[in-house]
Amino acid sequence: MRRASRAGWAFAGPALFMLGLFFFVPVALAFALSLTDFDLYALADLGNLRFVGFGNYAELFGTPLFWKALGNTLYFVIVGVPLSIGLSLGAAVLLNGGIRRLSGLFRTALFAPVVTTLVAVAVIWRYLLHTRYGMVNYALAQLGIEPVDWLGDPNWSMPAIILLAVWKNFGYNMVILLAGLQTIPADLYEAATIDGASRWQRFRHVTIPSLAPMLLLVSILTMAGYFQLFAEPYVMTQGGPVESTVSVLYFMYEQGFKWWNLGVASAVAFILFVIMFVITMIQLRIARVRGAI
Amino acid sequence: MRRSRRAAFIQIALLCLLAGFALFPLLWMVSVSLMQPGEASRFPPPLLPAEPGLSAYRALFETTGIGRYFLNSLFVATLGTLLSLLFNATAGYAFAKLRFKGRDRIFQLLLAALVIPAQVTMLPLFLMLKELGLINTFAGVLVPVTASIFGIFLVRQYAMSIPDELLEAARVDGAGEGRIFLQIVVPALTPILITLALFTFLGAWNDFMWPLIVLVDQDLYTLPVALAALSREHVQDNELMMAGSVLTILPVLLLFLVLQRYYMQGVMAGSVKG
Repeated sequence: MRRASRAGWAFAGPALFMLGLFFFVPVALAFALSLTDFDLYALADLGNLRFVGFGNYAELFGTPLFWKALGNTLYFVIVGVPLSIGLSLGAAVLLNGGIRRLSGLFRTALFAPVVTTLVAVAVIWRYLLHTRYGMVNYALAQLGIEPVDWLGDPNWSMPAIILLAVWKNFGYNMVILLAGLQTIPADLYEAATIDGASRWQRFRHVTIPSLAPMLLLVSILTMAGYFQLFAEPYVMTQGGPVESTVSVLYFMYEQGFKWWNLGVASAVAFILFVIMFVITMIQLRIARVRGAI
Repeated sequence: MRRSRRAAFIQIALLCLLAGFALFPLLWMVSVSLMQPGEASRFPPPLLPAEPGLSAYRALFETTGIGRYFLNSLFVATLGTLLSLLFNATAGYAFAKLRFKGRDRIFQLLLAALVIPAQVTMLPLFLMLKELGLINTFAGVLVPVTASIFGIFLVRQYAMSIPDELLEAARVDGAGEGRIFLQIVVPALTPILITLALFTFLGAWNDFMWPLIVLVDQDLYTLPVALAALSREHVQDNELMMAGSVLTILPVLLLFLVLQRYYMQGVMAGSVKG
């Protein structure tokens, strides 16, 4: 037993050391940092560092751009996550029905955007959405719709980014939900059919309840991912037009690494973390009340 | 069965539509990257190049130094993958099969920490690496890639299925723990180690925010960081930017296609972690 214990520490130790030093220590420091006025002067000489308590938080709550960033991020999450999961579910149901031979091929095709590089696909979509010679506006013109200034109009910039995010991400949840669909026993559907349930009723009363735990998991993971919006606005809009795509992380990046207000930026990171944590807890609570888990 | 045949037709038609939605941007990227300079900046946008050629790729390599960024990315992703295998395979095995004091409590702590987004650590980590002189180095980029909670979890779940008798028998035969790991555990873990390697490589290759923060010198840029910088400079040069995107996406896409089975295993393992 002694030997196993020593071996255990020898094998787990290096990874735990790295995680401790480069993950857990920074997490603790992040909170401490958010209580200081760490800025360019402190970066030059730590003697300039002052403890400001919750001053950074108070300052943020009085900063209109911070609220704007929070609002933009919530818009992205609240519209993007249901769209993304809805498309994933639709695609999974289509893949699950019948045609065995082609479904592997379709699955690969629909999954391909997931593994692509976000920066590169943001570059592609910026071109697809170009007002004058983008393919999206060309297709709309064929339907008689006037060209939309996707990335230049503050009303359309966030929907454009949501479109890219849904395109890139729906394949991931699709694979998870497809696996869930395949575990639903066929008897359930047969029994429902005998009872005269329509296709929609079977979907509503057999598929959705059976998938509920998985849908919960998928929505928690997807939401956590969508709150971390950064590369899309960085590449496609630089936060514009009129700050309509400044996300919380974009705001944090600019505060921290453009203006070197590391104390303020750390407070932003912590607020984001608290929001994500609270929303996850609420989701779990709702699921528990409804009996999904 | 006429109704079900019609249903099958609608189903395939919808799937084709979805596949078109998923693949069109990628296919068009390839097509535009083969066009002559300026060809893509026209209305209506051409679907296929009039005279396919590699002039955009030539310009990319000659004027932007993308070859260097490609090698940087390859180096960072490869080294990150090897380090991740080293740290996470050993730790994952230890958490599954070796008894040591506090093991289960530590593991629970790690799982709980999964809710903390990496962005919380970025600012202090930046300052720590600055003290260590690791800002603007590949080592700085690699620090968060090496040991990961997800990696440890992935290996642990798989390693649980290795029979204890096998390990005990080897111990009775006098084999050391290192030898047991290399000769029994690693071969048994091979499929999940491929999954871990694939996830780490793709993650390191595609990562943007952290390399953007750590790397200052243009010479050290990885492909996503370089591509983002180029896209701000060359807003009008669509053929060039699409060629750069092809070069960035193609390696990971090919890797995924070849090792798809292993990738999906990781997706499913990730989905039960909650």
